[in-house]
Amino acid sequence: MRIVIIGNSVAMVGAVEAIRKYDTSSEIVVISDETYHVYSRPLISYYLGNLVSEEKMIYREKDFYRKNKVETVFGIKAISIDERKKEVHLENGDSISFDKLLIATGGKPIIPPVEGLNKKNVHTFIKMDDAKKLKEAAKPGSKAVIVGGGLIGFKAAEGLHHLGVDVTIVELADRILSTILDAEGASLVSQSLQNDGIKIITGTTVDKIIGDEYVKGVLLKNGKELEADNLIIAIGVVPNVDVVRNTSISINRGILVDNTMKTSVEDVYAAGDVAEGYDMLVESNRVVPIWPNAYMQGEIAGYNMIGINKSFKGIFPMNSIGYKNTNMITAGITNPQQEEFEIISKIDHNRRSYKKFVVKENRLVGFILINDIDRAGLFTGFIKNEMDITPFKKYLLNDDFGFIYLPKESRKAKMLDLEVV
Amino acid sequence: MKKVYVKEEVCVGCRLCEVYCITSHSKYKDVLKAYKLEPQRPTPRIVIEENRPVSFSLQCRHCDDAPCVKSCITGAMRKDPLTGVVTCDTDKCVGCWTCVLVCEFGAIIRDVNNKVASKCDLCAEAGEPACVKNCPNEALVYSEGGISV
Repeated sequence: MRIVIIGNSVAMVGAVEAIRKYDTSSEIVVISDETYHVYSRPLISYYLGNLVSEEKMIYREKDFYRKNKVETVFGIKAISIDERKKEVHLENGDSISFDKLLIATGGKPIIPPVEGLNKKNVHTFIKMDDAKKLKEAAKPGSKAVIVGGGLIGFKAAEGLHHLGVDVTIVELADRILSTILDAEGASLVSQSLQNDGIKIITGTTVDKIIGDEYVKGVLLKNGKELEADNLIIAIGVVPNVDVVRNTSISINRGILVDNTMKTSVEDVYAAGDVAEGYDMLVESNRVVPIWPNAYMQGEIAGYNMIGINKSFKGIFPMNSIGYKNTNMITAGITNPQQEEFEIISKIDHNRRSYKKFVVKENRLVGFILINDIDRAGLFTGFIKNEMDITPFKKYLLNDDFGFIYLPKESRKAKMLDLEVV
Repeated sequence: MKKVYVKEEVCVGCRLCEVYCITSHSKYKDVLKAYKLEPQRPTPRIVIEENRPVSFSLQCRHCDDAPCVKSCITGAMRKDPLTGVVTCDTDKCVGCWTCVLVCEFGAIIRDVNNKVASKCDLCAEAGEPACVKNCPNEALVYSEGGISV
């Protein structure tokens, strides 16, 4: 059997490691338009800020492909799929046939329709080459404007700040990190950036890029003009579904998958940032473009492609992200507006800490932890396992919260690998 | 695989497990030297919970389906295919704390001095977990397949 995987990032690794646990004979072919050994995409901001070297960015050891008997087709883009003939077509005219196919093409940056995008030093920031190009161009003392204060823009700001660049973030929403933080949380985090001289402008976005050959600045929709030597477009990512256009594979925002990661077409699977799978908290399909999700979806796809039936209970958004000594961990629904959610929260300005729990019908459905992040996984576990938190809800904000506040039976069941009776 | 289990009924909360965990992961492997001579005492790799009269320590469960390994953004967190022990390669770890986010046991500790994840390695170097060896009341047990209570 030949398994073809389009994409060479973490979902691919999840799939290959799952396949090779049980199947050492099937052929595996990995196609990627990049030429790098599998590397950690989330580390590009660390690389930008000189916090890790390029060598340290490899995600699996150098013999990963050889050891797992993976044939690589790198530096060539897969441009289309013939799902009836079961072939992937490459940009160089070649075709590769498959018995099972995994589409793990990730995301691509959202580019707003503004004037002047073709100028030099307009960047995106999701891949290694983006980081290299930006690092080359961003000189100490130069000015950078980042359009978008989400996860990508936030980490780009940190990396550029480490390089001694004067950074301004322009965010359309009323706060940075608006998909994971509420107003209180964002304000706390914004202060850390602003204390370092990073400027944050909210409620507006770029209208026009100014300059001749090179970027010189941006004109904002609010009429203000900013100087910039580099402009980073970090509005977000969308699933990179180009390769499945003109096929019968169903797409909504991403490629629709069931809980085995199978698409609407037999023998074709999708995983990672390109896939739209089940979100157990919003109870519908959703793209959750985060690293852990990509590994786990890839793994499930891997098992199912070799006939081992495993299914995914569902995922929900979760992030651990920081700026220098400001760390935050968030998961699930963090800023609901409806009254059906109960909010339990505590802010401590002296310790610069914030804890917020979102409860719905005696279940934890989300949380924000800023600076007091230790043991955050306990809460992630409560969400994932849909645990009834009634017996210990009143202790959630305790500094020493732990299993000790759980009823003895459930604590022992969890800690001693016992079945709950 | 063999793991460390706790009998909370007989834990007296003396915290010697923590002391010897630190010692076991120190340079000198000696309790006095570890506490007196090392410029930076190692971060403990276990969690102690206490709400009198109940207390217990908690170590990494070395999960079969370890979420920390799958979620690690750098590939630092690995599960040994033969022994099942989950360890963090601190040369690769960047202290992003994604493992802290996903560990349902809250068993991964932040070593903030070195900005790396600190977790139980079952005292791989010594052969036997120091917390178990030095528990004065045998509240900690190193056994295969859980314990009966």
